[in-house]
Amino acid sequence: MADDIHGALREAIRTILPDVECVLGWGSGPDPLRSAPLFMKSPEDVERFRAGELAVNNLAVFLPEYAGRKVGIVVKGCDSRSVVQLISETLVKREEVVIIGYPCRGVVDVAKIAAAIGLGNEDLEAGLVERAEVNGDTVSVTVRGETKTFPFKDVMAAKCSICRYPNAVLHDVFIGEKAEAREDSYADLEKYEAMSLEERFRFWEKEMERCIRCYACRNACPLCVCRDHCVASSREPHWLSQADSTRDKLFFQLIHATHLAGRCTGCGECARACPVGIPVGLFKRFINRAAGQLFGFQGGLDPEAVSPLQRFLVDEPTIKEKEWK
Amino acid sequence: MNAALKFLPHEHLKAWLEELAGTMRVLAPQKEGAAVVYRAFDPSREPELIRKPTESAKHILFPRSEALFAFHKKKAPFAPDSLNPDGSQAEKEEPATPAMELTPPEQPGPTVVFGMTGCDAGGVTTFDPVYGGRYQDPYYLQRREATVLIARACNEALSTCFCTWVGGDPANRRDADILATRLENGWLLEPLTERAERVLGSTLLGDAGEAEAREAEALHAKARAAIGEAPDLTGIEDALPALFDDKDFWWSESAACLACGACTYLCPTCHCFTITDEKAGLSGVRLRAWDTCMAALYTLEASGHNPRGQKAARLRNRVGHKFAYFLKNHQGRISCCGCGRCIKSCPSSVDIRRIVLNALKRAKGKEAANG
Ligand code: SF4
Ligand code: SF4
Ligand code: SF4
Ligand code: SF4
Repeated sequence: MADDIHGALREAIRTILPDVECVLGWGSGPDPLRSAPLFMKSPEDVERFRAGELAVNNLAVFLPEYAGRKVGIVVKGCDSRSVVQLISETLVKREEVVIIGYPCRGVVDVAKIAAAIGLGNEDLEAGLVERAEVNGDTVSVTVRGETKTFPFKDVMAAKCSICRYPNAVLHDVFIGEKAEAREDSYADLEKYEAMSLEERFRFWEKEMERCIRCYACRNACPLCVCRDHCVASSREPHWLSQADSTRDKLFFQLIHATHLAGRCTGCGECARACPVGIPVGLFKRFINRAAGQLFGFQGGLDPEAVSPLQRFLVDEPTIKEKEWK
Repeated sequence: MNAALKFLPHEHLKAWLEELAGTMRVLAPQKEGAAVVYRAFDPSREPELIRKPTESAKHILFPRSEALFAFHKKKAPFAPDSLNPDGSQAEKEEPATPAMELTPPEQPGPTVVFGMTGCDAGGVTTFDPVYGGRYQDPYYLQRREATVLIARACNEALSTCFCTWVGGDPANRRDADILATRLENGWLLEPLTERAERVLGSTLLGDAGEAEAREAEALHAKARAAIGEAPDLTGIEDALPALFDDKDFWWSESAACLACGACTYLCPTCHCFTITDEKAGLSGVRLRAWDTCMAALYTLEASGHNPRGQKAARLRNRVGHKFAYFLKNHQGRISCCGCGRCIKSCPSSVDIRRIVLNALKRAKGKEAANG
């Protein structure tokens, strides 16, 4: 990401710092490829701020924790939609958050880089990366003293190549020129839809087998708002058993997806958070598309809107009823 | 030099594991999607012996969820009131007491784990005093005794590895039954306990000597150097309790935490569980399943009160347990083996090393300020 945008972003953060408890942004993580959420309170903290292709975390997930206190947040396009959805659901107050946007070119998928840096058929780990650099359209990564360069688009997160809203949809400050939007035709789902139900079930059974029920997918989701009161861990009601069974694990994914119907903004954090790489984002993609087709609705675009499954209308304008009722 | 060193040429690895699979359960790391997990050895696939397993091996000895027993409640037969022919009340039979039938679960038989990391073996020996000390857990102990652990020496360290900070070593000889080192032409197998004998009788194994031992040592030294100097953690068991009420410290350290269970469930040393009865009608099973101190439910009391309502208090418990309370209960042993999974797989990049170092620094600062 260009230095001048970084400079201007830092300046914008410093400007709002006196009015807020802290500003949520990104800093460096455990290795050069990974970033970590950064909670900036002082101008020195702002020095450690970095945005751009490695700034993967969606910081909107933290906003409800700061209810009643004013904070600032730096957002990519997708992050901003989570903020908007949270505002529309009254979980975040508009006046309690200062939103700083910037044009997003997309973020990396660390797992894709790890696979790409493999030598021969050995796929390596992000934890071996000694240096990482994004220069315009390429990513250079050094492992065991050897540098490899790949086109950025090859290691970009899947959500970014189909991103329709790369610029914050709601912001108080926007730094830089707006980035170009892309199209999403849900082409990634075709492969799964071509499977028979039986095949699909086998696919998920195999994937869920390695689920450790850590619920990182749930907790990284900014719109999984029940937090400490999720039915998945509750004994009362006792809907899910504690057995180590793919049935219960899959059941939870279906609960998550249906609770996100028409609310999910496609930030992809559920799948990114999964430590064992289960593509749990697919469930939400399916259900999001359905919500779009049925109700003509997309979450996270309008802070005044109410998601279709959170309201009741006698006649849904987009659903053709039977001729007589 | 250890005369019992064995050498397994690379081309014999699968044949050897297959041979073992004839009489025991053989588990090895296997690539699955983007992850590396432990699976029953499958001769049609290559075990993954370069990348470090995403999950730890603890579930082999301490399953994610296990049946402690199955139960079936037998209802007393129904004894209806009845009348004598003259209309008087007949004497009622004493109802039989309802009986509870308990069935113990089946336990896996002899098992061998090939290719766990040395730090994972360190995880196992932190379990031992918990489940085989003052409290003897028959389920754990049965599996522990039936399992041969073959740890492989690490030839390189990840950015998140820190076994040497906590008494570990990339070539860990303290905790496993066998240390395996990948040499150029094969695996060097070094038996460390008596259990090792159960798997080293094969004719596929040759003897190894000085040369192989030297080659292995050189690799071990290289891996050690890659991890770098370990900081001195002396005093951490007092530093953490001294910061127990330091809200600013724990709030700032936990700011990025999502309070999920990835860190604790991937951790080789986390050993907490919860017990639930899963029942339908009169039958059911009592399950013991993993639990995590990062979850709200972990400390939720029946009254509704939760002494660790906030994630800061939960993170404090995770770090405090590993680097302070456990040491006090178990002869100074740190219940972290430095595998770094909690850092590597944390969706928010929370780094336990940073928390521990910051705690030491902050406690020292406080002490100095208090004179
Ligand atoms: S989805 Fe869009 S806004 Fe979000 S990271 Fe990708 S390109 Fe940026
Ligand atoms: S993050 Fe992955 S492993 Fe954890 S509960 Fe979700 S699907 Fe399972
Ligand atoms: S430290 Fe990371 S892995 Fe652990 S609970 Fe917090 S977010 Fe989850
Ligand atoms: S605390 Fe972290 S580094 Fe230590 S053993 Fe557990 S997962 Fe590994």
